[in-house]
Amino acid sequence: MVVTTSWYLALAAVLFSMGAVGLLTRRNPLIMIMCVELMLNAVNLTFVSLGTELGDLGGQLSVFFVLVVAASEVVVGLAVVVAIMRRRQGATVDDLSVLRG
Amino acid sequence: MDAAVFLISAAIVLAGAGGVLVARSPVHAALFLVQTLFGVSVLFVLQDATFLAAIQVIVYAGAVVILFLFVIMLLGVDRFEDLGVEPIVGQRPVAALIGASLLGMLLIALLVSVDGPTGAHGANAALGDAADNTRRLGEALFTDYVFAVELTAILLTIAVIGAVVLARKVRGPLAPLPVVVASTTSEDPEAGDGPTDTTDGHDAGEDT
Repeated sequence: MVVTTSWYLALAAVLFSMGAVGLLTRRNPLIMIMCVELMLNAVNLTFVSLGTELGDLGGQLSVFFVLVVAASEVVVGLAVVVAIMRRRQGATVDDLSVLRG
Repeated sequence: MDAAVFLISAAIVLAGAGGVLVARSPVHAALFLVQTLFGVSVLFVLQDATFLAAIQVIVYAGAVVILFLFVIMLLGVDRFEDLGVEPIVGQRPVAALIGASLLGMLLIALLVSVDGPTGAHGANAALGDAADNTRRLGEALFTDYVFAVELTAILLTIAVIGAVVLARKVRGPLAPLPVVVASTTSEDPEAGDGPTDTTDGHDAGEDT
């Protein structure tokens, strides 16, 4: 059996969908950020697979920048979670409906 | 050989993702996330993206997940949550439906509708062999993409400053956010799930 690019793309699609389902079902903000990480990893896998398929370094370069943006996103997201949790211990994302206008 | 490595890694990746979805404790979810990240890293090695595999382990598993665990422990939210309750009725079936349709659309878009990727081969920079991977990435990043690298440096600086500003302890009457949150929750008893206005001195500016 030869591993083709389609295998990687299918795996990335499944991983992305699982992350999306987790984002829709979980209420803990920390786990929701983890699900976003899952989706970003699926996209990274797609970038690398298509870059390998095309013999192009651009896919791996994109993954590099995605990594940086993901790290920044986690840092700011966790800071927001810390700021909210400090005021309301054990808050879920449902409780944040108080932020509506 | 490649197929065996791929199948084992894919099983690890999907098991970790499923664990993140159903873990009752945030700590367990973070550890399942590490499992998924390691599996993806193995897949990167399998595709000769050795530098990204190392970065994946160091930055994601080493830094990001540690940050998650640090925040979990700092906040003391490392307790089990009850997944049996479903606060919004019908949310999970709808989410499963959306996920399944998303998966279907992605599979169609990625596998069926196009006959392979249609981009120009090696348009930006040629992909070398695995031993040459890091050098080629570095050369491309610091020649063709140096402006983007500088922008990400600025982004990281902004993120660090933003995190410090957001997460620092605010004292005295210059704290606008606690006043808003506390007054809103005290007016709306349905939205609250516990005492909120007795935290450590954040409501000092409430009377002013």
